[in-house]
Amino acid sequence: MNNGPEHLLDVAGLEVRYGAIEAIRGAGLEVCKGEIVALLGANGAGKSSFLNAIMGLVPLTSGRVLLDGEDIAGEAPEAIVRRGMTLCPEGRRVFANLTVRENLAIGGATRRRAGDAATILTGMLDRFPVLAERHDQMAGTLSGGEQQMLAIARAMMSAPRIVLLDEPSLGLAPRIVDTIFEMIAALQHHGATILLVEQNVDLALDIADRGYVLASGRVALAGPASELLASGDVERAYMGRD
Amino acid sequence: MEILIQQFVNALSLGGTYALLALGLAMVFSVLGLINFAHGDLMTLTGYAMFFAIGAGLGMPLAVVLGIACATLAAVAMERVAFRPVRDANTATMLLTSLAVSTILHMLFQNLISARPRAIPVPSWMIGAVDVGGLAIGVIQLMSITATALLLIALSIFLRRSTLGIAMRAAALDFPVTRLMGINANAVVATAFGLSGLLAGVAGVLWLAQRGSVDPLMGFLPVLKAFIAVVLGGLGSLAGAVVGGFVLAFIEVFLRAFLPDGWLPFRESITLTLVIVLLLVRPEGLIGQRENVR
Ligand SMILES: Nc1ncnc2c1ncn2[C@@H]1O[C@H](COP(=O)(O)OP(=O)(O)OP(=O)(O)O)[C@@H](O)[C@H]1O
Ligand SMILES: [Mg+2]
Repeated sequence: MNNGPEHLLDVAGLEVRYGAIEAIRGAGLEVCKGEIVALLGANGAGKSSFLNAIMGLVPLTSGRVLLDGEDIAGEAPEAIVRRGMTLCPEGRRVFANLTVRENLAIGGATRRRAGDAATILTGMLDRFPVLAERHDQMAGTLSGGEQQMLAIARAMMSAPRIVLLDEPSLGLAPRIVDTIFEMIAALQHHGATILLVEQNVDLALDIADRGYVLASGRVALAGPASELLASGDVERAYMGRD
Repeated sequence: MEILIQQFVNALSLGGTYALLALGLAMVFSVLGLINFAHGDLMTLTGYAMFFAIGAGLGMPLAVVLGIACATLAAVAMERVAFRPVRDANTATMLLTSLAVSTILHMLFQNLISARPRAIPVPSWMIGAVDVGGLAIGVIQLMSITATALLLIALSIFLRRSTLGIAMRAAALDFPVTRLMGINANAVVATAFGLSGLLAGVAGVLWLAQRGSVDPLMGFLPVLKAFIAVVLGGLGSLAGAVVGGFVLAFIEVFLRAFLPDGWLPFRESITLTLVIVLLLVRPEGLIGQRENVR
């Protein structure tokens, strides 16, 4: 099954189950190199389950997960990170009792050569100057917005081929959310490929190239971001839960 | 004054041993959420390895190295064989596994070696005392304080500077996200066990230097104390385990030294009462943070 090199990530027929609960029931999507793809959906639609399953954090019942043509379904998260896909998890999850510096250092743990990590780190601190100011501060003492920036920078420290962002706007003030979204758009300009999970439909589709809407564990709607934004179908798909 | 300093040195030396043991327990606990009941048996293993090494005529320095290496390897093997298969199971399963490992080791020590103590002769040069600024300080105490200090410094550098060390602290806070950093889960857990074994081995050597013999239950009492130290310092906090070990030793040593003779039989109960009072004042432990309490 050759999907061509244009699909950096290709997920099909994904199923995730927590005991009797079927969280994902045969969902799939593709992300091309250099794209921002938005994965939208209401609370409990299964967005986090989708990301966690393709990252190997929760077991998948069935499905295909191709990263650059290679099937990685069921591999351990650390192995998947080393292959070039990483996740910035929901709720930021920075290491609160580690300094900003240590958080970033461990994010770059897979960059074997110290020179690599140092170059990436310089790039990250340029992009997130506030992290440079807070370098020796415990991550837990940062504001929510700063923690989100740290979580994204930490994920980018592994120089991933694709990064999955799970609700980066969660719990942040609108002004901060705007800043974070500008930064995500800037990451794309610098060559990053991003799968962005969001509840904030308008903002997400504003920076995304394409979008998918998940409802009750299935893809209810998919299309170019501009069309989804204009059509109003997204809201209908949100409502259409069974 | 002199006796005060003497007791201070005694407490430092005993506290060092408790601290090393407590730190090993806390390392495994912080990463896996497991209180390893078999931790004391690693100490005992060090004793027997030294006993056989000396019996084979290898000499004390080599016996010490072998003893510590044995505890380290046994800890790694224990993780690989017994704990890895039940890592994702609930806490009770892991606790029972560690009890089983401990029981099996006791049986092996008793049946393959002996239930009776085996002597490990302490070299004569270690028995005396040296003059430190006009005070006679036991050679064993001095060595034990030095060894503890060096080991604690080395470990703290490892935990602060090396990627694996930072990963271990990260794993204590959030294991799944640590794996998202590309850190191998098995490597972190194996390192935690390996280090706990190393610490138990060194503590075993220090304990033996004071007692001069090993028996199947040698590790039980000191590890019980270490467990109290871990709780006293704050369950899950590495610094807390070290502080807890020293505080406990200071309470014990000073009670033994200054309690009226008639009270001496109750000194363990008084120690524990003091620990309980400390925990009532600070339920999160001396160093533990409230939000860290699981
Ligand atoms: N660990 C779990 N155990 C059992 N059920 C779970 C677990 N995680 C998620 N679920 C259930 O699976 C479904 C999908 O949850 P998921 O967290 O993937 O949704 P989501 O789209 O990310 O929601 P949100 O926008 O609130 O983050 C929900 O019904 C949820 O209750
Ligand atoms: Mg979610």
